[in-house]
Order: sequence, then C-alpha cells, then structure tokens
Amino acid sequence: MITNQTANCPECDATLNIPADAMQNELIACADCGAELEIISLDPIELDLAPEVEEDWGE
Amino acid sequence: MIRAGIIGGSGYTGGELLRLLLFHPHVEVTQITSRGQVGRYVHTVHPNLRGVTTLQFIHPDAVQPCDVLFLCLPHGESAAQMAHYAALAPRIVDLSADFRLNSPELYATWYGGQHPAPDWLARFVYGLPELNREAIRGATHVSGVGCNATALNLALYPLASAGLLGQASVELKVGSSEGGNSPNAGSHHPARSGAVRTYSATRHRHMAEVQMMLGADVAVRFAVTAIEMVRGVHLLAHVDLTAAQAERDIWRLYRGAYRDEPFVRLVASKSGLHRVPEPRIVAGTNYCDIGFELDADGEHLVVIAALDNLGKGAAGSAVQCMNLMHDFDETAGLTFPGIYP
Repeated sequence: MITNQTANCPECDATLNIPADAMQNELIACADCGAELEIISLDPIELDLAPEVEEDWGE
Repeated sequence: MIRAGIIGGSGYTGGELLRLLLFHPHVEVTQITSRGQVGRYVHTVHPNLRGVTTLQFIHPDAVQPCDVLFLCLPHGESAAQMAHYAALAPRIVDLSADFRLNSPELYATWYGGQHPAPDWLARFVYGLPELNREAIRGATHVSGVGCNATALNLALYPLASAGLLGQASVELKVGSSEGGNSPNAGSHHPARSGAVRTYSATRHRHMAEVQMMLGADVAVRFAVTAIEMVRGVHLLAHVDLTAAQAERDIWRLYRGAYRDEPFVRLVASKSGLHRVPEPRIVAGTNYCDIGFELDADGEHLVVIAALDNLGKGAAGSAVQCMNLMHDFDETAGLTFPGIYP
C-alpha cells in the first residue's frame, strides 16, 4: 500500500503531506505560510523554497 | 434552548449581538430593551434584521426573568444597576467596561472615580476566551472585552508569555463604530469623513486590560488613530525581541499558542494578495487574524492583527463566553466567515 509521507515546511515548520505519487522537482504550497516549495529529493523527502517572482506592490 | 435578554439593544453592539443570537442554535432572544425606542420593531433601528425577527424594544423596567442577560449599556450604568439585573437572570455577560478590571483601585486609575459596585468586581471573570477559558467555563458573571485591548492581547500574548517581548510600540487604526451610535461634533460627517485622527496617543484606557492579561510591567506603548472605516481594528506592532529568532521560531510560538483556537487565524502568507491581516476580511466575523514579519536581524518583529471591533472585540466574544458558560459548543452561532470582496 502506498501512503503519503510528511515533511516540514522549511519556512514555517508546518507539517505537510506529500502525496505518494509526488515527483522530484514538483512544486507544492504550504497551507500555513503560503510558501511555494519544491521537492528537491524524494528519498528522503527534502523541500526547499521555490524561486518566486515577487508581485509588484507599487514600488 | 435558553432564553436571552439584551439590555440596551439599540446601539451598535446590541444590534450585532442580536444578529448573532438570532441564528444561535441554542438561544431564543425573548426581550430587548431601549429607553428611547420602546414599542418599535428592532428592524427600524437594525435594518439588516428586517424579516428575521418581530421583536420590539421594551422599556428596561419591563424586563422579565430569563436565563441570561447581556448588558450593552454605557460605561457606569451596568455597575449602577447590577443588583437589579442579577436578580432577573442567573447568568450575565456585561459588555461595558464596568467589570473588566479586577480591582476598584485599577478602575479608579483608568476610568476615574469610585467604582459604583465594587462588591461585584470579584464575581466577574474577564471575558477573553483565548486567555481565560477555564475561568469563563461555568462562570455565572462574565465581563466583555475592550476591542483594542483584545487586538493587543491576542497579538502580543505569545511573545509576552515566552519572555520574548522586549518593547512593543503599537499603532491601532480603528473604525468609526468604536465611537458608538451617539452622534457628536467629532462624528459629524464633514468632520469625520476622510479623517485620520489620532486620539489617546498615550494612556488609552484599554492599557489596563493589557496589563491585566500580559503583566503589570509589560513594555507596551500604543496609540489609536481613527480612519475612514466603519468596522474594524488594525494593529501594527513594532516589537523588539529579547533574543534573536528565526521565522520558523515565530511560527512555532504563535502556532503553539493558537493551534487549537477556533477564532484565531495565523495570516503570514508568502503568496496571494492578502498576505497579512486586514480588517475588511474579518468584518462581521468572530475571527482575530494575526500575522508577522521578521526583520533580517531576527530581533525586530512586526506583528499585524485585525478584528471586527463589534465582533471579536465585543459581541462575538460575548457569545463565545456565553457558549462556554452554558457548556455549548464554543463556536455555536459564530461560524460566519465574512464576505469577500
């Protein structure tokens, strides 16, 4: 039986469910802090912040 | 089903309380008073309730015994009439400031003059569920909370309790409904519209509630500024931490304090348009949203919070307390998520 794994968000330390069929380099979002994360390794699971284009806040 | 009465129901807080209670699964509002509106249907004063209820305002002298009374009277009036109302209901939630502070000396310091009913002070518990839940649960007499004080207490409590709050300098931006429904020169439209008017830059009365909950020597300064908004409190605190932290440490701290709280949400998002709390998002709800941003040095933390002064800052917390007092589901009647946009 294939089960989901968990990992912690590198930004806010929230526990994230990683789908069993997740792929390397897949992007997921943290539900708590909204950070976009990249799965950089599957075994073991490792997450890192994904590069993100900043929104223009009028500056 | 319990029978509830609202004393002083023609004001904004009374109206908000009635709106919440009319949809509460365990409460029937049987009476609502107003000296100036006797005989009128409540929807003539609270037009959003047209078609929802046929209640009419009655005179305070006509109040009948019931299970719980909510007092929405001007500061000072609740205390002066407490013995009368306590004889009419076994449980009371007083939304005024009369019974928030736990000593007559503290009351005299912040509100001036002698407390009208000092013997009653010890019978009331402070009505902020997040910080005083066990005392409220099963209590018979509960006070309301100050709206600005609630924003301050909820925003800063995790830091204060962890010994991380060095000094906090706080600006609160508030809406016009904080001033109540009695007009004055300052609320006259030409004077109020577009205002960015700072008042109580020092010694705001709600500081007493902050000291009561976070510690008498808590290093908090705050000022309040009225802005072009009807409902809402927006808090922005510059906090000097006592020790450098990483962002995930701040997350752990706030998550640990509020993970199980049904009405406190952490909003510190890296994506989306609304990354930190905004009053507009929580208008009409019982939520207090809290967010933060940590400076690069790890020692300067900006905390941002938002709540509805009539909701979590008054009527919402009062209903939440009533739920605890009666052992109802704490969230009963309070799950409205607000509207957007």
